[in-house]
Amino acid sequence: MSVRTGGPEAPVHRARGARAARRARGIRELGVLLALALLVAGTALVNPAFLSAQSVRDLLLGATLLCVLAVGQTLVIVTRNVDLSVGSVLGLSAFATGSLFVTFPGLPIPVAALAGVLVGAGCGLVNGTLVTVARVPALVVTLGTLYVFRGVDHWWAAGRQINAADMPREFLDLGRLGLAGIPLPALVAAAVVLATGWYLASYRSGRELYAIGSDPAAARLSGIPVDRRVLAAFVVNGALAGLAGVLYAARFGTLDANAGLGLELQVVAAAVVGGVAIFGGSGTVFGAAVGAVLLTTIGSALAVLRVDPFWQQAVVGLLILVAIGMDRLLAARSARRLRVADAVGGDGRPGPAGGRGEQRRSTS
Amino acid sequence: MTEPHVSARPAPPPGPARRPALLAGVPARRETSVAGALLVSVLAASLLVDGFATGRNAGFLILDVAAVALIALPMTLVIVTGEIDLSVASTLGLTSAVLGRLWLAGLALELIVPLCLLLGALLGLMNGLLVTVARLPSLAVTIGTMALYRGLAYVVLGDRAVADFPFSWTGGAVAALPGTPVPWVALLIAGLAAAFGVLLHATAFGRSLFAIGSNADAAAFAGIPVLRAKLWLFVATGAMAALAGVFWTMQYGSARADNATGLELSVVAAVLLGGVSIFGGVGALPGVLAGVLLLGTIRNALQLADVPSDTLTVVTGLLLIVSVVVPNLLARAREHRRRRRSAPAGPG
Repeated sequence: MSVRTGGPEAPVHRARGARAARRARGIRELGVLLALALLVAGTALVNPAFLSAQSVRDLLLGATLLCVLAVGQTLVIVTRNVDLSVGSVLGLSAFATGSLFVTFPGLPIPVAALAGVLVGAGCGLVNGTLVTVARVPALVVTLGTLYVFRGVDHWWAAGRQINAADMPREFLDLGRLGLAGIPLPALVAAAVVLATGWYLASYRSGRELYAIGSDPAAARLSGIPVDRRVLAAFVVNGALAGLAGVLYAARFGTLDANAGLGLELQVVAAAVVGGVAIFGGSGTVFGAAVGAVLLTTIGSALAVLRVDPFWQQAVVGLLILVAIGMDRLLAARSARRLRVADAVGGDGRPGPAGGRGEQRRSTS
Repeated sequence: MTEPHVSARPAPPPGPARRPALLAGVPARRETSVAGALLVSVLAASLLVDGFATGRNAGFLILDVAAVALIALPMTLVIVTGEIDLSVASTLGLTSAVLGRLWLAGLALELIVPLCLLLGALLGLMNGLLVTVARLPSLAVTIGTMALYRGLAYVVLGDRAVADFPFSWTGGAVAALPGTPVPWVALLIAGLAAAFGVLLHATAFGRSLFAIGSNADAAAFAGIPVLRAKLWLFVATGAMAALAGVFWTMQYGSARADNATGLELSVVAAVLLGGVSIFGGVGALPGVLAGVLLLGTIRNALQLADVPSDTLTVVTGLLLIVSVVVPNLLARAREHRRRRRSAPAGPG
């Protein structure tokens, strides 16, 4: 955009266009939040017990795992990659944490938790290295490691099961206790969302992730260390999946090799519902987190509303389709706005932003 | 999904140089190496695994991969155009559930089966319309319809299982051709594979799919009806997934909403293992068939050898990764050497 020279007032108009685009994206997250609020309010109206302290606590606990995973997934998706192996990474890390307690009964809890996170980060490092060094598409790599990590998990577990009795009481309490009625895992998830959101929005390297996702070739040409950033996104995502594994172990207490099985597509769905564009370059972790809460709340809300529980998954599917449809509409609108702002402010040629947006959508 | 526009596709080697003389005449394509791997694994399994090289076992192997093979055929064409369909296993499940429901309602199977195929085509049409008319990315759309169709399957049948199908159908599904151990479904798969192979490789429509996958915009400018082609491919995929659903239901004699959960990833893995590029534009149907059979052979041989199934999972994943990583690294090494050789000639 900086190559074209418009009139003196062009930057102002362009800034207005960019502001409009930003507002459109803000609307998107507000939309999900509004849907969540409507769902909760509507359900509470029918059955006030839905908002009882116990029920809210259960809701928050239920959303925790998906929320942490969706935040990590957002980091990866924003760079125009995807990580399908997170369900297997969660399983592996949960089992690693549990078996550490079995092997070393006196182990301090932070050490075990750290080990779980490190296992996840290691898996992320494998994914990221294959994507950046071997230049294999992330979808293929992580589909492969989905099987490999799960297989390693099975191998290690060898049919064994780790029970709550094998883990220290204090560790299991972490999954249940909380501060001021809010369960501790939910607080951890909130901290993860805030920290990652702050990083993505305010740090140079965070913004560079968006640049990479918008146009990897342009990002490379403008001097962004694309491979290093993508690798880092995978490692952090792996670490967060590892953290989710530790939280899983603390919450459920019973671990076999099937923990987190099939979770990967739910995680991607949560991010997509929250407005993270599947082809990178836009979306926030706040949106993804709200998407995760929305997806998990629907289940309990339908139960409270006495809707046949068999409808739950169908409703989730519809929600995903509505969400991506809305993304499409908002993107088209903000592209039009940008075009108008460009046309008004400068040489009258159609703005590049809209044109490129159209092109990317039609090819991808 | 990384950098679809600048990615280094494994380029064809510059010449026959540096290839062993034995392979001089064989084109260095992914299909060939997958077929080679299939041959080696079949030979190794026949020599090392007791009971592998029997007609009976060959029949089991084919029945085992039948559903994946049926869906992998149209999926190949879809991925060649640069799209993907993750809803196939859910389409299979919904078809199975509807089949069971209609059977409970007392309809004749002769009527139910065509209805199920039609249903599959309609489910595929919905995917196709969302991708081509609403212009939504197929990856996201089919993650959505994956949940939607599986959810509808539960709505239709709940968690019941319908299993009282007549033996003429359930036994018929797994029956062998008279006088041979080969199940008749092998003939069906071979026939459909030939049809899809001819469609992809020997018709203008099929060739246009490669053009679409390489560059959809350029293809559209060249006058190829890009959206219509994609729409039809999604319809075909839905119909084939429904056919696989009917077969699956009869093969296992049980209609359930959760039939074939997770099968979509096996199908995609087989297609990619067969040498189809996830970015579109590259692939061949024989390679995909070899990929499906390779996964089936390894699975079958390991099971016969009493190797626990977790090893199988690891092997599947490693195979998928290695099959993509090695050609990519080789291509990069070649590129690197070429650049170093041409570097002294001039700057840049």
